[in-house]
Amino acid sequence: MSVTLARVEPSIAEAGDYIELMKPRVMSLVVFTALVGLMLAPVHVHPVIGLTALLCIAVGAGAAGALNMWYDADIDARMTRTAGRPIPRGHVTPGEAAGFGMTLAVFSVVTLGLLVNLFAAALLAFTILFYVVIYTIWLKRSTPQNIVIGGAAGALPPMIGWAAATGGVAIEPAVLFLIIFFWTPPHFWALSLYRTEDYARAGIPMLPVVAGHRETRRQILLYTLILAPLGAAPWLLGYAGMVYGIAALVIGAVMVVLALRVRAERQGHVASKQLFAFSILYLFLLFAMLLIDRMS
Amino acid sequence: MNDDRPEQGIKLTEQQSRARRNRSIAIALALGAFVVVIFLVTMVKLGGNVLTRPM
Repeated sequence: MSVTLARVEPSIAEAGDYIELMKPRVMSLVVFTALVGLMLAPVHVHPVIGLTALLCIAVGAGAAGALNMWYDADIDARMTRTAGRPIPRGHVTPGEAAGFGMTLAVFSVVTLGLLVNLFAAALLAFTILFYVVIYTIWLKRSTPQNIVIGGAAGALPPMIGWAAATGGVAIEPAVLFLIIFFWTPPHFWALSLYRTEDYARAGIPMLPVVAGHRETRRQILLYTLILAPLGAAPWLLGYAGMVYGIAALVIGAVMVVLALRVRAERQGHVASKQLFAFSILYLFLLFAMLLIDRMS
Repeated sequence: MNDDRPEQGIKLTEQQSRARRNRSIAIALALGAFVVVIFLVTMVKLGGNVLTRPM
C-alpha cells in the first residue's frame, strides 16, 4: 500500500485522528509514571505547577508518538496491528503528522522550561529526541536490541517528573527508570512472539524474527528474573514501606511464573499473551503501590 | 485580464466541512486551555499579594 506524502484535496481528518496520532494509551502510562516520580520527590510542588508539568510531559509524549507514526507510516501500512492508524488509513498525511508532532514537541518543551524548570525541559527534549531519532529512525529497523535500548525513552518519564519537582535527578527516580527499562523487553518481546509474521512482513528485526522464538523466550525469562527483585528496590533502598516491598515481590513472582510458562511453551501463544497482558497490570500496580505508599 | 469569469474555488464536501469544523473547535479549545494554564501559573508564581503591592 502506498502512502501519499502531499494532500491534493481538503483533509477529512478530525480531532480524534490527531489524538490517535499521539498514542493516548502510551501517553497515559507516561503521565502516570511521571506523576509517581513527581510525588516521590521530597519537595512540595504547587498543584498548579505539578499539573502543568504533567500536561507538558503528556504533550511531549504525544509529540513523540506522532513523530513515530510519521516516520513509520510505511511499515505501519504493512502490519495488521497498525494498518488502522490515521496515516495508513489515509486520514492524515505523513507531512501533517510531522508538523503536528514537531509543533507539540517544541511547545511542550518550551512551556515546561518557562513554567517549571529548565532541567525538566531538557530531559523532556532528550526523551523526545531519543525516542524519535535513536529508537524510531535508527534502532527499530536495524537491530534486534531496538526495544531494549529504545526502552530508555519510555523509562525516563519518572525522572522527568522528579526533575520537575526538584530541578535535578537522584537515585530514587533512577531506580524507577531501571524498573521500566528492564520491564520493556519482556513486555514487547511477549507481544512480538505472537506478532512475528507481522514484524517480518514489515522488515523489522524484532528478536523473534532474527533469533527465533526459542532465544526470545529465553531472554524474556532472563530480563524478568532481573525485573522481579528490582521492583522491590524502592523498599530495599528505604524510600518505600514494607507493604510495598512485599507486594512488589509477589507480583514480581507472578511475572516470573508467567515468563517460565512462556519459556516452556512449545506451540501456540497463550502464555505469551498472558505475560503481555499481565506486564501492563504489573507496571501499573507497581507504580500505583508506590504512589499509595508515598501518600500514606 | 478577463474579470467576467465566475470565481472557481474549492468546494468542500459535507464530510470535509464537518472535519474542518471539528479540527477548528479542537484547536480553539487547545489554545484556550494553553491561555488558562499560562494565566494560572502566572498567578501562582506572582503570589497572593500581587494586587496589594505599593504603587
